[in-house]
Amino acid sequence: MTAGSDVAARLAGFVAALRAHGVRVGTAETVDAARAVEALGLADRALLREGLAATLLHTTGQRQLFDAVFDLYFPRAVGAPDGEPAGREELRDRLAAALAANDTAVLGRLAVEAVDALGGYGSSPGSGGWSSYQTLERLRPQTLLAQVRDDMRARGGGAGFAGRLLEEEIRRRIEEFRGQVAAEARRRVAERRGRDEIARRAVATTADRVDFLYAGKDRLAELRRTVQPLARKLATRLAARRRRAARGTIDLRRTLRGSLSTGGVPVRPVLRRRRPARPELVLLCDVSGSVAGFSDFTMLLVQALHDQFSKVRVFAFVNRIDEVTGLLTHGVADAEGLSGRIRAEARLTGWHGSSDYGVALGEFAERYGAAVGPRTTVFVLGDARTNMADPNLPALKRIAAQARRVYWLNPEPRAQWGTGDSAAPEYAGLVEMHECRTARQLGALVGRLLPV
Amino acid sequence: MFTSVDDVSARLAETGYLASPAVATTVFLAARLGKPLLVEGPAGVGKTELAKAVAEVAGARLVRLQCYEGVDEARALYEWNHAKQLLRISAGRGESWDETRDDIFSEEFLLPRPLLTAIRGEEPTVLLIDETDKADVEMEGLLLEVLSDFQVTVPELGTVTATRRPFVVLTSNAGRELSEALRRRCLFLHIGFPEEELERRIVRLKVPGLDETLATSVVRVVGALRAMDLRKLPSVAETIDWARTLLALGADTLDETVVRDTLGVLLKHQDDVLKAAAKLDLDAV
Repeated sequence: MTAGSDVAARLAGFVAALRAHGVRVGTAETVDAARAVEALGLADRALLREGLAATLLHTTGQRQLFDAVFDLYFPRAVGAPDGEPAGREELRDRLAAALAANDTAVLGRLAVEAVDALGGYGSSPGSGGWSSYQTLERLRPQTLLAQVRDDMRARGGGAGFAGRLLEEEIRRRIEEFRGQVAAEARRRVAERRGRDEIARRAVATTADRVDFLYAGKDRLAELRRTVQPLARKLATRLAARRRRAARGTIDLRRTLRGSLSTGGVPVRPVLRRRRPARPELVLLCDVSGSVAGFSDFTMLLVQALHDQFSKVRVFAFVNRIDEVTGLLTHGVADAEGLSGRIRAEARLTGWHGSSDYGVALGEFAERYGAAVGPRTTVFVLGDARTNMADPNLPALKRIAAQARRVYWLNPEPRAQWGTGDSAAPEYAGLVEMHECRTARQLGALVGRLLPV
Repeated sequence: MFTSVDDVSARLAETGYLASPAVATTVFLAARLGKPLLVEGPAGVGKTELAKAVAEVAGARLVRLQCYEGVDEARALYEWNHAKQLLRISAGRGESWDETRDDIFSEEFLLPRPLLTAIRGEEPTVLLIDETDKADVEMEGLLLEVLSDFQVTVPELGTVTATRRPFVVLTSNAGRELSEALRRRCLFLHIGFPEEELERRIVRLKVPGLDETLATSVVRVVGALRAMDLRKLPSVAETIDWARTLLALGADTLDETVVRDTLGVLLKHQDDVLKAAAKLDLDAV
């Protein structure tokens, strides 16, 4: 076993792990990566990281995932740090000093020591592990904020205008330290359980593959930033579909009529011309807690696409329904507070706070029935969990009869449809229901289903 | 072209371009592997500057293709000089058809555009394809041949292959998703906002008159603005503009009024200005 083949094997494993997370890496790129390793050498880890990123990645969104996997396959160190594990108080003191000095190298070393000293659980080999959660719970770096701030103020770091930024800056450093601890814990676990398995399971995947239902706050914020690029991409796709559709099918009657002049041979086929009509779109969004993230994202996406349609109307409901189109248009700058604003300004709940699809659909059919016409495509967004109330199928049937098409996008996995209080199968019997768990699925569905 | 990554950083710094380790590594690899370099990132972080700096370091000629909507083969690759061809035809009255035909499709009547110029050049060349995302999808297909084999096919003349491979830099603001085929042929580099330390050095280099502590505060305020959820985040170009403004105003330190009055240099949307002012407590006093 030579050193060369060892590096090659390591690289191949690394590439396989990236592929498992949906990064498309071809063989040619892997060869390039190997040439990059040859040119850069293995001595400097930071250079190696940048070199591999340049050769293997193609878009910016993949970088976070890449860094996490890289830390596993090309770890900073092997095994436990040297020396006696330090106590909690000592670690906290050193951490405070490092945060005040903003010394990244020392912070990295502290993360290693902290996981070693505080993060281990279980004693028998094979069952134990290293937990970043436990480390951070015991170390509580966030409680150092005041101490570090006062320390820096005392030494004159907080003077002048920039002083008011101090707290925010320290908070960011602490956040960074938490990330380092998480990476270190992953590395230690990977040593014990096998790298490939941890790379597959413990590394957070790219934002567009995260389930809407389980996405955390920062993941949703990350998703919101992708709305505009995604909308642009979809608009291009819609335009292409529209171009193709405009060609139309063969008009048999006029083709035959034209063939009379050539003795009955249809030399020139006449195509049916399509009337250019920009379709209308109506969105019915469940904004109750469980699916709010999904609805928010979809509303923003459709709003970003609004110039593709002659009219877009958005309705939100929990157990009462109200129109929120106005809130979306002038709220472009503040996507973050969207759901809060909808809840504050629209009447969405009646006697209780849980979602009721039957009542909401019934109210929509009654009050806003005029919004749906033969050119309207309706999208219903929600998990179809009625909290045991009547699903009110006739109301949906009425909407479906009036509209051109009705689609239902459900953020739950298909396997859970119909379990518990879900009325998904009943609704799916009336309208087309699609599973839509991630931003990637949503993009694909929207590109395919939106009318042209 | 370069001996090591440090060599890249040092020589780029001599021309006034301070490169982060990521930038230096990728430039080094692009030169070593002979692959085009695709640079993405927000506006104003120095994507185009990088190409210019590399050209200066390498003592190479910079050939620039500015992409825009509707840029086509005739603007990017080559064009036949029709007027001259017509002149040639009318001048050569009495010639046989074969002579004329062969003659008017020769090098003399070819107008090389940036891509062909860069491929045919004998001297070292840096080819900058700027704002690739602005060009249409068809244009990308045209680039594929150039970028993978460094050759251009002119039907009447045959294939022109580069005798000396140019160093190619493509820039993109991600206005449109570039095709996978194009991306696969390039090394990918994302230039983000620089680290605090690097940005301070950039400001000190570009605005030499600025006082050290003021430069530090400037970079810290810009860093805080970037952490906010704004429509358009201030870029390095804006930081430098702001530093120049402060210098011109003769401000020694940052204070409430100075920041409030000059915030417009950093932020280009009124909503952003209001939001940032609120977050920085500008109106609190």
